[in-house]
Amino acid sequence: MVEESVLQRVLGAALRSGGEFAEVYVEDRRNAGARLDDGKIEEFTAGRARGAGIRVVSGASTGYAHTSDLSERALTEAARAAGAAARGAGGRTTVVALERRDGAPTHPVRELPETVEKLRKAEVLRRADDAARSAGGAIRQVSAAYADARKRVLIANSDGLLVSDDRVRTRFMVSCTALGDGGLQSGFEGPGRTVGFELFDDFDPEEVARTAAGRALRMLDARPAPVGKLPVVLRRGAGGVLFHEACGHGLEADLVARDASVFRGRVGTQVASPLVTLVDDGTFDRGWGTLSVDDEGHPARRNTLIENGVLSGYMWDLLRARKEGRGSSGNGRRETYQSLPMVRMTNTYLLAGQSDPDDIIASTPYGLYCAALGGGQVNTATGDFVFGVTEAYLIENGRLTAPVRAANLIGNGPETLLGIDAVGTDFDTWAGTCGKDGQGVPVSAGQPTVRVTEMTVGGTAGG
Amino acid sequence: MAEFSAADRDGLLSLVRKVAGEARPGEQVEAYAARSQGVEVKVFGGEVESLASENVEGVGVRVVVDGRQGFAWAGSLDADVVAETLAEARDNAGFGTPDEFLGLPGPDEAADPGATRAALDLWRAGLLSTAADDKVALALELERAVMGADPRIRGVRTVSYGDGASQMALANSLGVEATSRRTVCSISALTLAGEGVGTRTGYGFSVGREPSELDVAEAAAMAAGRAVRLLGATQPKSRRLPVVFDPLVASSILGVISGALNGESVLKGRSMFATRLGEAVAAPHLSIVDDPTNPEALGAAGYDSEGVPTRPVRLIEDGTLCRFLHNVQTGRRSGSGTTGSAVRAGYTSTPGVGARALHFQPGPSSPEELLRRAEGGLFVQAITGLNSGASPVTGDFSVGADGLMIRQGALAEPVREVTVASTFQRMLLDLEVGNDLQWLAGGAAGITLFVPEMTMSGS
Repeated sequence: MVEESVLQRVLGAALRSGGEFAEVYVEDRRNAGARLDDGKIEEFTAGRARGAGIRVVSGASTGYAHTSDLSERALTEAARAAGAAARGAGGRTTVVALERRDGAPTHPVRELPETVEKLRKAEVLRRADDAARSAGGAIRQVSAAYADARKRVLIANSDGLLVSDDRVRTRFMVSCTALGDGGLQSGFEGPGRTVGFELFDDFDPEEVARTAAGRALRMLDARPAPVGKLPVVLRRGAGGVLFHEACGHGLEADLVARDASVFRGRVGTQVASPLVTLVDDGTFDRGWGTLSVDDEGHPARRNTLIENGVLSGYMWDLLRARKEGRGSSGNGRRETYQSLPMVRMTNTYLLAGQSDPDDIIASTPYGLYCAALGGGQVNTATGDFVFGVTEAYLIENGRLTAPVRAANLIGNGPETLLGIDAVGTDFDTWAGTCGKDGQGVPVSAGQPTVRVTEMTVGGTAGG
Repeated sequence: MAEFSAADRDGLLSLVRKVAGEARPGEQVEAYAARSQGVEVKVFGGEVESLASENVEGVGVRVVVDGRQGFAWAGSLDADVVAETLAEARDNAGFGTPDEFLGLPGPDEAADPGATRAALDLWRAGLLSTAADDKVALALELERAVMGADPRIRGVRTVSYGDGASQMALANSLGVEATSRRTVCSISALTLAGEGVGTRTGYGFSVGREPSELDVAEAAAMAAGRAVRLLGATQPKSRRLPVVFDPLVASSILGVISGALNGESVLKGRSMFATRLGEAVAAPHLSIVDDPTNPEALGAAGYDSEGVPTRPVRLIEDGTLCRFLHNVQTGRRSGSGTTGSAVRAGYTSTPGVGARALHFQPGPSSPEELLRRAEGGLFVQAITGLNSGASPVTGDFSVGADGLMIRQGALAEPVREVTVASTFQRMLLDLEVGNDLQWLAGGAAGITLFVPEMTMSGS
C-alpha cells in the first residue's frame, strides 16, 4: 500500500520536532452487505475506505493525525501535524531501520467474499426468510442481514517494526418478530467469524433463522421477570457477555493505570471463584475477534487473565506497556485509521469446568436460566455492570419452567466472580461489537454453562 | 484549521451534481457528499494525553432502477473513486426486490411545506478560528476545576474537549439539491470519588456550537457533584415506588421511544405503536414533537438526508398517537407522505428514518415540584443497559440505575446496584413532564420526568 522507503521518511518527519515514538498505520478496507426485510431484498451495499493514521508519542502526550491520501506528501503533512500535536521538545534527525516481520496468518480464508456472486448472498437471505416464516404462524416479521469486510493493514513504527495483515470477516444476522396475546416479542441470532463465505459451512442460514424465530416464539408466553436477588444459570455461549463486562473491561491496562478499575492492585490475589479460569485469546480459531497481529503490529496472543480464581495479569497496548517497561499483550486495537489505538479485548472466554450442564440446572431449586443475552455495560471504576437477557426461563425444583420477559441483570464484578459456584463441561461463543470511548471493534465472548449464586434481576413480577 | 470557503462548498455541490447528472434513462441517481474536520483533546493529570485532528470526507451514491435500490460509498472524493462508486451502486441495484414505493423525491415531494422559513444558521466561524492551544486549555481548565471542586474527587476517568465542523451536499437526478454546514463542540468529564469498591462516578458536560458557548464551571460542578452525592450508596430492598428521571436520562429514554415512532419500524410491525395510530397511548396532557427547524436543538437541520425540507412533526398530541416519522419510501407506503425525517449515519449508509430534535412538550411543574410529588421515591441520575433492556418493539423497560432516594422533597441517601423496570406502555400513560426542557447533544431533548410507580429491584 505504501513503499517501505516512504514509511521510513514519514517516520523521520514525524520525529523531527521531537518525540520518542512514531507509528504509521495504513488501512485499506472494503465492506459489502445485503439486507432483506419484510420479505424483500431491500439493498445491496458496498463501501471502501483507505487512509493512514500517524501517531507521535512525546512523554505523556500523544499526537495523532490521519489522511485518506496515501501520497508521500500527504503522509508527511500528517506526520508533521501529529508531531506538532505531541508537543515534543527538541528536534532530531531520525533514521528508522524497518524490519519486516509479518505474523503468520492464523488460518487460511477459503472463500474470499469479494469472489462470491451477489446472487449467492441473496440466496442465503431468502433461505433464512423462508425458514423463519415457516417456524410458526405467529412470526410476523423477519429481517436478515449479510455483511463481509476485508481490511488490509500495514503498520510501521520507530522501533523498526514493519508488519502487514489481511483480515476477512463475515457475519450473518437474523431477527424475527412474533405477535401473540401478550404483544410483540423479538428474537435474534447473529453468528460472525474471521472467515470468508465459508461461514455458511459452519452456520446453516436456515438454522440461524430458526434459532432467531424460536426465541421470539418461545417468549410469546413470557411472564414478567422476577425481582430481587436469585441464583442465575447462564447457558453456554450466552453468558460470555457477563465476563466481558464483569471483569474484562476492568482488566484493560489503560483503565487500571487511571485508577478507574476495581481490579487495580489485585494481581496475584483471589478475585474470582477457584472454578474461574479466564483468557483473552486473539488467536482463537476463526473467532470474531481473532487477529494475526493487533493494530499496533504486535502478534495476537492467548493471555491468561484469571487462573483458578487468581488474577494473573491485565491486557496491554503498546503505549501502556512501554510505560511499565514491559511488552504489549497484543491488545492494542482501533476501529479505523481515523482513531487512536487503545487496550481492547479480542475473544474473551471462560475455560470449561467439571460440572454436567444438566446437573447445574437440576441442582438449582429456584433461579433464572438465561438462554440468550443482549448486550451489557460496565462502570469499571465501581465494578457495577448490567447485561440484558432476551431469552430466559424460571428454574423451579431443578427444571426449566415458564419463559420470562426481557430484563437487565445487575451485579458487581468482583462479587459476581466470587459467587460462581458451578462451571459446566460444555462451551460456546457469542459474537458482538464492543464499544469503548466511541470506538467499536469486533469481539467474541465465550463460556461453558455457569451458575452465579445470586444476581439482582430487574423484572417487574409480584409485589 | 481553515474555514470551508464558499468555493469549497461549491466543490461538494458540483461533485454531487455531476454524479446525479450521470443518470441513464430509467435510472434515478442520488449522491451525498460530506466533509468534516475536528479536534479531540484528552487530558490527564494536568497534561495533554492526546491531541488528535480529524479530517474525513466521502460520498454515498444511491441508484434506483425499476423500484430496485443499490448503494455504494467511498471514503474519498477522488474523481476515479467516485466513478467506481457509482458503478458499484448501479451493479448493486440489480439484486434488490422491486418495491413500488422505492425512489428518490422529486421537486414536488421535496417542496417546502412551510410558507416561509428562516435559513438555519448552525455554523460558527469562531469554532474554526479558535486555536488548538485554546481548545487544549479548555480541557485542562475543566480537569483543574473538577479536581478542585471537592476534596472527595480523587481522579478522573476521562476529561476531553471535542469538536467538529461538517458540511454536506446532496443532489439527485430529479433536480432536488440541498447543502448544509454545522459546527458543534463539547467538553466532558467523568470523575471518580471515594476509594476501592466504594468508588462512585459522575458525568458532567457542556455542549455548544463554538468554544465560547461552553461552560467549564457548570460542567465541572455537575461532574463532581454527581459523583460525590453518590458516596456511601447501598443496595436498597426491592419495592414499587415513584421514580423521577434526571433530564439527561430522560433524553436517552426518549431516544428509545423515537424508535417506536419510526415509520419504517411501524410499517414492518416492529414497533409497540404499530397498530395504535389515533389511540390514546399516553397521559392526556402529554405531547411529543420532533422539530428540527428549531435552531436551539443541536440536531437541527434545514433538510433531511434525502434533500427534503424538515418541519415540526407532532407525533403524540395530548396523549393521542397522531403521526409517525417518515422518509420518502415509508411516507409513500403509508400514504401519509414524507415528514422530512430521513436520516443517515454519514455517507456510509442509505437514508433510514429518525428524529433530529425530539422533545416532550414541557409541563407546568418544576423539577422541585415533581420531587415533592415523588415522596419516598427514587431519583435516577444515570442509567446503564438501555440498549439491552429497553425495547421499542416489545415495550419492555429494565435498566440499571444510579441515584438517590427522595425524602421530604429532597435528594436523600444514595443507592447502588438497582434496576428500575416497567413497560413503556405503562410509563407513558402515567408520565408527568417537568418544565425544564434542555437541548442536549443527540436527537432528543432532556427534561425531568416523573413516573408514579415503577419496580425497583435491589436486595
